[in-house]
Amino acid sequence: MAERLLEVKDLKVRFATEDGIVRAVDGISFELERGKVLGIVGESGSGKSVTAMTLMGLTRGVNARFEGEVLYKGTDLLKISDRDMQSFRGNELGMIFQDPMTSLNPVYRIGEQIVEAIQAHENIDKRQARSRTIELLRQVGIPNPETRVDDFPHQFSGGMRQRAMIAMALSCNPSILIADEPTTALDVTIQAQIVELVNRLKDDFDSAVIFITHDLGVIADIADEIIVMYAGRVVERGSKRDVFYDPQMPYTWGLLGSIPRLDRPRPERLHTIEGSPPSLINLPEGCKFRPRCPHAFDKCMQEPGLENRVESPGHLDRCWLDVDFKRSNRDRTISGSSVEAA
Amino acid sequence: MATTGQEEFTLDTAAELAAEEGATKEIQGRSPWVLAGRRLRRNYVALAFLGVFILIVVCCLLAPLYSRHVSGLGQNDTNSGGVITVNGRKVHVISQGGTKIVNGQPQIVFGGIPIGAQWGAAGGKYILGADELGRDVATRLLYGGRNSLFIGVTSAAICTALSVILALLAGYFGGIVDWVISRFFDLIWAFPVVLLGIALGTALSVNGFHHFGINLSGSSLWITILVIAFVFIPYIGRPLRGQVLALRNREFVEAATAQGAGSVRIMFTELLPNIASSVLVLFTLIVANAILTEVGLSYLGAGVQLPNPSWGTMIEEGSSRLSTAPQISLWAGIAIAITVLAINVFGDGLRDALDPRAKIRIEHG
Amino acid sequence: MGAYIVRRIFGMLLVLIAVSFIVYLIFIVIPGGDPAQRIAGKVATPANVAAIRHRLGLDQSFIVQWYDLVKSLFTAKLVSYYNQTNVVQQIKQGLPATFSLSIGAGIIWMGFGILVGLISAVTAGRLSDRVITALALIGISLPVAWLGLILRYFLAGEGGGVSWFPDGGYVSLTSSPVQWFYHLLLPWFTLAILFIGFYGRVLRSNILDTINEDFVRTAKAKGLSTRRILVKHVLRASLIPIVTLFGLDFASVLGGGAIITESVYNLHGVGWYAAQSIQTQDLPPLMGVTLYGAMFIVVFTLLVDLAYAYLDPRIRLS
Repeated sequence: MAERLLEVKDLKVRFATEDGIVRAVDGISFELERGKVLGIVGESGSGKSVTAMTLMGLTRGVNARFEGEVLYKGTDLLKISDRDMQSFRGNELGMIFQDPMTSLNPVYRIGEQIVEAIQAHENIDKRQARSRTIELLRQVGIPNPETRVDDFPHQFSGGMRQRAMIAMALSCNPSILIADEPTTALDVTIQAQIVELVNRLKDDFDSAVIFITHDLGVIADIADEIIVMYAGRVVERGSKRDVFYDPQMPYTWGLLGSIPRLDRPRPERLHTIEGSPPSLINLPEGCKFRPRCPHAFDKCMQEPGLENRVESPGHLDRCWLDVDFKRSNRDRTISGSSVEAA
Repeated sequence: MATTGQEEFTLDTAAELAAEEGATKEIQGRSPWVLAGRRLRRNYVALAFLGVFILIVVCCLLAPLYSRHVSGLGQNDTNSGGVITVNGRKVHVISQGGTKIVNGQPQIVFGGIPIGAQWGAAGGKYILGADELGRDVATRLLYGGRNSLFIGVTSAAICTALSVILALLAGYFGGIVDWVISRFFDLIWAFPVVLLGIALGTALSVNGFHHFGINLSGSSLWITILVIAFVFIPYIGRPLRGQVLALRNREFVEAATAQGAGSVRIMFTELLPNIASSVLVLFTLIVANAILTEVGLSYLGAGVQLPNPSWGTMIEEGSSRLSTAPQISLWAGIAIAITVLAINVFGDGLRDALDPRAKIRIEHG
Repeated sequence: MGAYIVRRIFGMLLVLIAVSFIVYLIFIVIPGGDPAQRIAGKVATPANVAAIRHRLGLDQSFIVQWYDLVKSLFTAKLVSYYNQTNVVQQIKQGLPATFSLSIGAGIIWMGFGILVGLISAVTAGRLSDRVITALALIGISLPVAWLGLILRYFLAGEGGGVSWFPDGGYVSLTSSPVQWFYHLLLPWFTLAILFIGFYGRVLRSNILDTINEDFVRTAKAKGLSTRRILVKHVLRASLIPIVTLFGLDFASVLGGGAIITESVYNLHGVGWYAAQSIQTQDLPPLMGVTLYGAMFIVVFTLLVDLAYAYLDPRIRLS
């Protein structure tokens, strides 16, 4: 088995706001091995971004409280000081964000910003850092890197900016690359290129990847394992095969059903999940998805535990519904016929 | 921004808050004004200073009452030769020169020095002292305050109204209208505020203003009001114009146009409400600046003309008598400082309350 | 870039012409009545008035009048009718005091303003921030004239207080640097207080906003030290608007906008000259100083825009 890099144990993150306490992440656990790609999927407000940023220590602040453990190669990243955390950021854990235009400093050149990232952790001179930067830009597919290294961010196109950000995140050979919705702000055609790039680079750099998105279609190719999050909780977890071919959560069905597809018979309308995500301050009782679930029944007033209810041992879910019932009813949701109540 | 008075929102206070307000509420859509009002209500410091400002305004408005019942002296009643009773003794309001015998030695007593603050000792007269002409400083302070506040608030209001209209016109119509209005802003902006103020103030105080059917004498308060209003136009106009430009191309404006709304309607029902919070905040800022500008102009002689008192003229009157009669300048200055501070603190609180960004953000470490 | 500058200079000249027209409007046209009488001032003989009327060509057309006025201003022939002195000459004499006051105060308020704003932002919410904010609010609420008088009263022996500082007056740098410095301390402080408070608050606000920007989050994610993030990323972005503000405020005080401070401390600068003219309702000097002040602002606006283009590459290349 590959080296286990990250072990997250029952992570909880709470924020104090004007309106009350927001339970952004309410108990997520997972492991990550070298070379693997973990996809975390969920709507806005599901807690996926907060999870990612917490791994990097970017959510620390006066209003935040953490519970649980985040063990990176044995060190609990939640407990170390911010100063110590600096040596992990960029160095062991790299991160790229959703909007590359605002994520890069507009007044410094692209090359300068990457060199800065390198020199923060490695003791090499400017010239060496610069030639490494040029190589990195070449690796991520930026043409003429020798000239473009001195460009400013606004001179790059959206896709190129994201590539540059990826180059910057990988510049110190981190063991884990965290990608927080890296394709959401890009055109569909560019999206595919970026995903492809990440897939290739993970092998070149021998890193693990945590890929966060709201769109299951984006990670259909590269994810090894998928976690589906809802209202700050993990509601389904399993290998890509498990989640795509044997999804156990009605929420996951909804996510799969809302991917526009060319290969299935055309539905009357694109399937949507009724309702909206719950307030993270006033969560509903029992199963958090219950208010929106077309198949909810009385047992759902009691929150299901995250357990393995199917044959595949690594496949966990939080749903009381009978497995056979699920398997016979979900196709209608996923392939787009109208949804009927259980 | 200034968070004086805002407590830290820790998990404990947030928990209390949730318990107080009933934890099982659904998310309700609340208008930004209601939210702002709520935030403002929690800002005790800002509200306290608003109260101070209102108190000062009320006191100044009651100047005639004070004059009639407390000091018995009008704002311009000179009393150079007068004598009052202090604790039973008779004292000259303005000291008479001469010699006194103290401990057997003759000592020169300087003439022309007004008496200082009597507080309660003279039965309501000269509570804060007298000025060089024997006038009651406290009475003049209140009347002067009335003038200064009136000028400050009115000029700010006129300035804001004009600027809003100009900004809406410039931002909405664009093109040549925008060009002309922007150049207009630029031209006013090109002059240092005080210099432009005194230039206009002096030029107009000579003969008054007799154009466009308006007839103002050189010593009218309205000259000062209009001058100050004029001078600050670009300070409000330019930021607002920028906002209107940004909003101009938003979808809700397109939607309104598609529904057949005319220009005026769009400007006032769509654009105006969206810049309203900026307008409010800028207005409070300009009131504070207008009062200070009036003080400066009057001090220099280009603002309120004698014999009308204003806080600025009082400072000037006392400036050459600092050592002998500090009360003339002192109290006026204190009054100004407290008033302007009150406006500034409240304005800050208002800005914090209206700020659409959530006050507690997810902090990045 | 060169073409841009040429265009801007051309625009500047247009603005200056427009400004002179405004000055003309303010002093000749708007007040109504007899301009010649007005210009002659309070102590005018009928002969004066007639001479001015002829001089200014008040029987001529609008444009010719204006042209003559501008010409007399620019060719340094504008003369005060109160005491027969040449306006431009007087302005020149006031320059050393005004420049000394402005440059010194400018350095102080910029330096302290940034320091105060930085401390306030970095310790946001804590005691030091609250104290600084309170002091800053008080600082911007004080009327300059009064502040000056109070300082003179307490610190310059005017009244009951000590005599640590000289009571006003300007000593030229060339005659005695030490005295020059000593006499300017109180005026510098008086002028700077208002600005320090204001700049401190603006910088604090900018910094707190910038800290939440995405690129600062990226800088953190790269593992940069807090100090580096603050200086190279946050401060750099936060200072840009301050530079703009400073350019204009500095131009304003250089242009005679510190008129009150100069009056209170009896520093015979350009502003002081203007203040004197108000008392006597002497218009030519006011015209001269107003134009002089506007010129500074217009020039500095151009300088500020150039600086902005240098600091923000997005502007540069457009």
